[in-house]
Amino acid sequence: MIRFLLTKLLYLVPTFLGITIVAFGFVRVLPGDPVLLMAGERGLSPERHAELAHQLGFDKPVWAQYFDFLTRLLHGDLGNSLVTKKPVLGEFLTLFPATVELGLVAIIIATLVGVPVGVLAAIKRGSWFDQVSMTAALVGFSMPIFWWGLLLIILFSGILQWTPVSGRISLMFFFPQVTGFMLIDSLLSGQKGAFLSALSHLILPSVVLATIPLAVIARQTRSAMLEVMGEDYVRTAKAKGMPYSRVVMVHALRNAMIPVITTIGLQVGVLLAGAILTETIFSWPGIGKWMIDSISRRDYPVVQSGLLMIAAIVMLVNLLVDLTYGLINPRIRHK
Amino acid sequence: MTETATNTPTVKLSDAAIRRRMLADFWFHFKQNKGAVAGMIVFVLLVVAAVFAAVIAPHDPTQQYRDALLVPPLWQEGGRADFLLGTDAVGRDMLSRLIYGAQYSLFIGIVVVSIALVGGIVIGMVAGFFGGWVDTVIMRVMDVILAFPSLLLALVLVAILGPGLLNAMIAIAIVYQPHFARLTRAAVMGEKEREYVTAARVAGAGNMRLMFKTILPNCLAPLIVQATLSFSSAVLDAAALGFLGMGAQPPASEWGTMLAEAREFILRAWWVVTFPGLAILISVLAINLMGDGLRDALDPKLKKS
Repeated sequence: MIRFLLTKLLYLVPTFLGITIVAFGFVRVLPGDPVLLMAGERGLSPERHAELAHQLGFDKPVWAQYFDFLTRLLHGDLGNSLVTKKPVLGEFLTLFPATVELGLVAIIIATLVGVPVGVLAAIKRGSWFDQVSMTAALVGFSMPIFWWGLLLIILFSGILQWTPVSGRISLMFFFPQVTGFMLIDSLLSGQKGAFLSALSHLILPSVVLATIPLAVIARQTRSAMLEVMGEDYVRTAKAKGMPYSRVVMVHALRNAMIPVITTIGLQVGVLLAGAILTETIFSWPGIGKWMIDSISRRDYPVVQSGLLMIAAIVMLVNLLVDLTYGLINPRIRHK
Repeated sequence: MTETATNTPTVKLSDAAIRRRMLADFWFHFKQNKGAVAGMIVFVLLVVAAVFAAVIAPHDPTQQYRDALLVPPLWQEGGRADFLLGTDAVGRDMLSRLIYGAQYSLFIGIVVVSIALVGGIVIGMVAGFFGGWVDTVIMRVMDVILAFPSLLLALVLVAILGPGLLNAMIAIAIVYQPHFARLTRAAVMGEKEREYVTAARVAGAGNMRLMFKTILPNCLAPLIVQATLSFSSAVLDAAALGFLGMGAQPPASEWGTMLAEAREFILRAWWVVTFPGLAILISVLAINLMGDGLRDALDPKLKKS
């Protein structure tokens, strides 16, 4: 297992270096003078320009600049935002829990609904449930989620007035950030109604974000179950007179879960891309909205570091998926 | 494909006849999937709408009727017969804009898939055919591109290139290209050791001929399926970029851009928000249905059990 882990980790090094090169190169291929872009000042005198270029390291050769970039990165220095002048890393860390909370709730919804639907559709293959749920899954898979979010706002916030339109919690409530997760913090604060307020803000965005992963998970679970149900050991279990529910839940589902877990893991990239749209529609203060705002404000240090962090997160989650895969399926790690 | 008839051992078929039989065989499998056929019909309608937009559309898509701002659809109170699906905030006819929007979506899909397909095939072919360090370097670069969520990378590329439809298409194509490269590489690695390739090599075929004339036609099935899937994702992603203000710019009647303009009216005029999104959903769904059918018909190995 340790060998498996180490090879996987070693494999990541070139990819991570590639990601840093992309993030580093991004600022340099932008049209315009990189010094002006990264300093965010206009109408500079030549002296000030030279000073800034020196300060930001643009007077050195490119390889030295890249090396400096890596060194600073490894020291946790991601530069400062041009707009707020605060360190990018700090901003990232305050906004990140909001995206994680949204993403976690979305993936929980997608899994809790998608897996049972997929299993049921597989064991009732060809039934009306199978047909309806798989049609729904295909519609969900084809959904432009930014439109889906707007429709839900029209229905639940506009017509029914059940949920608020934007934000994470009603402005009536104020309490310290402990975990950064609004659902937990609102409970800890002990204020009446705070938790319900947080929940009602969270429900629509997380449903919107869960839509595509849910469809993918349901489809994948169904086809994995169908495959496993045709295996010899399932037939043997049935022939031995085992209750059908036990055959499905223990013999089939366990084995079918292997590809499903990979699918769930691969949804993280989808979730982060979806978070950009979902957070924009619902004004959810997470890193997706932060990236979009920074791109339109030309806050390039933020875009550069955000790009780097998000890619690194996707990479790490993929590693975790690989490791879980190795844990539940010994055939993989002994290959 | 050709019948293995026992009593007529040497039936020589012309290339055209073989192609006809393959097409008939393909259609036989494709038409069994009702969803795929439905998807294809919708897709053909879309193509017709896009090609003949100037004839079908009742109004000019950019013409602003100042006496008809936010007119609701015909069947709702206050609707007008000359604006079937109503008008938007500056009095442009929704139906005409939607019909012209089909041009954008199809154009985006075709351009993105062509760039990504050609680039991916060449890159994947080189990696798979030559192997060794060439393969390692190319595949590591592909891994790096795949590490970024596609929409985010496309957004950043658009930030570099500047917002606009052309740049959005280039960005999306760059992001999709690794999928094609990976598929081509895997298929090529499976094919290149087969006897017919060795035979062609012995017969004196050069590398270029081996790669693109001998091997490539045998790797096309998974690529066609991926191309259909990418077509629908390209329509979605381009609409998303348009919605975020990074794709086609107003007053273009691209569906995502229309949604972005309609956002502020969502609680007052449901039709300006509902119809463009519905158009996106229906097109993407139709293409995905077609993709499922293509996959089942072209490649029995990939068939869903």
